[in-house]
This record gives sequence, C-alpha cells and structure tokens, in this order.
Amino acid sequence: MITFSHVTKSFRNQRVLDDLSFHVEKGETFMIVGPSGTGKSVTLSHIIGLIQPDSGEITVNGMTLNNLKKEELRALRQKVGMLFQGGALLNWMNIFDNVALPLRESTNMPEKEIREKVRSVLDILGLEAAAGKMPSEISGGMMKRAGLARALITEPAIMLYDEPTSGLDPVMSRRIDSLIGEMKLKFAMTSVVVTHDLVSALNVGDKIALLSGGRVLECAPPGEFLESRNPVVRSFIDSQFSIKKEFAKAISER
Amino acid sequence: MEAGRYRKMKKGIEALGLQVLDHVSCVGNGVRMVLSAFVYLPYCIKARKEVLRQLILCGQKSFGVTSTVALFTGMILALQSGLLLKAYGQEMRVGFIVAQTMFREMGPFMTALILAASVGSSMAALIGTMKVSQEISALEVMSIDPVKFLVTPRLMAMMIMCPVLTCYTDLLGILGGGFVAYTQLDVSWSNYFENVRFMLNEKELYVGTFKAWVFAVIIVGISCYQGFVTQNGAVGVGLATKRSVVTNFLVVLVVGYIITRLFYQ
Repeated sequence: MITFSHVTKSFRNQRVLDDLSFHVEKGETFMIVGPSGTGKSVTLSHIIGLIQPDSGEITVNGMTLNNLKKEELRALRQKVGMLFQGGALLNWMNIFDNVALPLRESTNMPEKEIREKVRSVLDILGLEAAAGKMPSEISGGMMKRAGLARALITEPAIMLYDEPTSGLDPVMSRRIDSLIGEMKLKFAMTSVVVTHDLVSALNVGDKIALLSGGRVLECAPPGEFLESRNPVVRSFIDSQFSIKKEFAKAISER
Repeated sequence: MEAGRYRKMKKGIEALGLQVLDHVSCVGNGVRMVLSAFVYLPYCIKARKEVLRQLILCGQKSFGVTSTVALFTGMILALQSGLLLKAYGQEMRVGFIVAQTMFREMGPFMTALILAASVGSSMAALIGTMKVSQEISALEVMSIDPVKFLVTPRLMAMMIMCPVLTCYTDLLGILGGGFVAYTQLDVSWSNYFENVRFMLNEKELYVGTFKAWVFAVIIVGISCYQGFVTQNGAVGVGLATKRSVVTNFLVVLVVGYIITRLFYQ
C-alpha cells in the first residue's frame, strides 16, 4: 500500500531522511517511533505529498508520488486522511463546521446528507455535545478527536497520525490508542502512526519501525521489536521503560 | 592580499545577486497567488457567507479610524489651503482644492493605508498563524486550495469595501473641509459646495475608484502572501505582520503615484 525506496531529503544541507526504505501492507497499522528530530513527521509529510523527496521513490496506493500532477495529487489526497499534532482545526469555525469542511468544499454532497454524516462521526468519537463549541473552548484531547473526526469524514483508505498522544495525559493517550484501533476495525483502513510514545506503539501497532538518523534501524512486530538486540533500539526501549521500573522500585521500597 | 579582496568582493556580489533573485521570486510568487485568486472568483458565489463575513470585518475594523482620519484630513486641507488662498482673497475656492485633493489622492490613499494597517495586518497574522499551526497543510491534505479558500473571499470583500470606504472618506473629508471653510474662513456652505460640484467630474470619480480597487488588490496580495511564507512560529507571525504593513505602505505610495501620472499628464 505504501512503499518508500531509498528516499533522501535534506533541508539547508541537513540530511533529514537518509536512504529511507520501508513497506506498509494494506490494512496494517504501521508505527514509526524514534527520538525527536529523526525525520518521523517529515516521512509522514512525504506520504501525503506535502514534501517532495530529493531522491528515491515513494509509492502510495499504486501511485508513484514523484512528479505527480496537481489533479493526480488531489485524487490521492482524497483517499488519505491525516490527524495533525495540534488537531489543526480552523479557529473561526465550530467543531461541527470544521468536521463538515472537507465534504462542503471538496464534494457536491447535499447539506442534509453532510449534516447526518457529521453527526454520526461526532457520535462515534463522543463529540456530539461539543459540536457547537469553538476549538478554543475544548480540551486538547477533544481537539485531537475533532481532528480525527474531520480526517475520517471522507472515509479515507489510508490514515496518517502525527503524534496523536503528544501533550495528552496517560488516560486520554490510551483512549486515543483505542480509538485508532477502533477506527481501523470500523473503516478497515491502513494507518501510519508517528509517535515517540512506545506504549502507544505497542498497544496499537501491527509493526513498529524505529527511525534514527533518517533511516529505519529496526522494523518488526511489537513482540520482536521488544526483543531487538540493536543497541540504539535497546536504548530507546530502556529509556521509556527503565524510568517506570525505577519508579516502581522506589514506590515498593517506600 | 589582492586575492583576499577579490574573494570578498565576489562573495558580496553573490550575496547581492541572491537577495535580488529572492525578491524577484517573492514578487513572482505573490503575483501568481493573486492571479490564482482572481481565477477562483466564481467560488465567491459558493462562499458568499464568508465574503459577507469579510465585508463586515473590513468595515468594522476600519470604520472608526477611517471616519476620524477622513474628517480631519478634510479639515486640515481646508485650513491650510484656505489660509493661503485668503492671502490672495480667493478663499471661496477652498472647496475646489479640498474636493480635488480628496478625490484624486487623499481619499484612496488614506483609506488604503488604514485598510493595510487594520485589515491587511490581521490577514497576514491570521494566515501566518494558520501556517505555523499546520492549518494550511491540513487544508492541502483535505484537497482544499488555500488560495481559493482563504484569499479569494478576502480579495472579493476588499475589492468591494475599499472603493466604498474611499467614497465615504472623500465625502466625509469634503464635509470636514466645508465645516472649516464655514467656521474659520467665512465661506458659505452654498459657495463651498458649488466649488466642490464644479470640480467633480466623471474622470475624478473613476480614477479615484480605480485607484481604490488597485489598492485593494495590492493589500490582499501582499498581506496574504506574507502570511503564506511565515516561518519560525510566533516570532515569524510578528515579522510577517510587520513586513505586510511596511510593504503595503510602500507599494501603495509608489503605485498611487504611477496611476496619477498615467491619468493626469
């Protein structure tokens, strides 16, 4: 469904992606993890054609993204949804209008049908009470769910998530995790999730890829990923779990 | 020593060349954006609510300042020119000078400056904030052209509101001038308005309106473009807003002169 072959990308002499290659199967939830500044979000932006690679080839849903015409890119984007880090909701529209926006602007769907569809998506995501509120009036978690509702309204075949749990409390993070799982089952879509939250990756991922220095160091199902012998992968796993172990130890000794 | 100086000079010329290229590409991209916005003008039928919202915002943000500036510009013009004319016993001609200056220059110019400072700066700040908070990227991902969605309704609203506000500025300026002429120069209202009417002809009206229309396009083009090229978070938004106001002022001034030169030789 999504293939990166030897992709490189630099910004002002700084190489962000360096010979990046990976493949995502149809219906799979592919987690991209790694420390900050390793090119995770840049990878996501490449999938949707917001950034063009310097070299290498990207194939999404059978279309090669390099040098795609405007109309072809538009057609591809209609099959892809994306949840941005901060939700990226338009702040002068209420939640209902934000979610309805892609249908109102990019389709000829009658307003009555749009309203029904928006209500049903808001209902699935538990946002029906917030429909009339402005983005500034809702919490971070609701903002993410509203962003997710807007991305899902066009029923995309591929869903991209950029740090879906960042800035959220652990309870809300796990709620978002379960939503990602539910959405995958409900809409049978392929998902690519960029995160530095390993708990989230282990919870919802079918495959986890660790990015370091702009390339994939390890790509494996969650169980195998945890057993990896790669020192960078080990250090990433330990950095997330050792703190919890230390806390557990400290609490038990209290 | 010579080689060192040569290298420095070469570097300086290269940097200058890059600056020039950068500015030319900025102008090119800005013009391309405005042309795209014009191509999308039929979209305003679908987005009529947004156009109306922009019209109200334009009027609401600038009405108070425009009224004050227009009134006092007319009063200052009448006082300054009236005192000079009085020395020659020609103070009854003050209406002629106030009307001509307001319609030809001060009306469109003052209105454009106010709109650039109040409405243009907020356009740059809004689009800049949308850029740094990934809202522009979100629109692209949703297959919504940001130029069509954000620039076109603003362009339409400004192309309507700028000439309307210019007419309002002209009329209020003339009224302010009339008040000074009557209270301080002992020129009767009827005499003053007779002079105003004598000066007003079709050309004065259409040149003033044309100027206002061109200024509207300039303000929207520069402000929205500065918003779209915003980088570096909140600091970048501040810089984009400042750049939009400064550039608008300069371009309005220069283009204002060029239009005057074209119509009054």
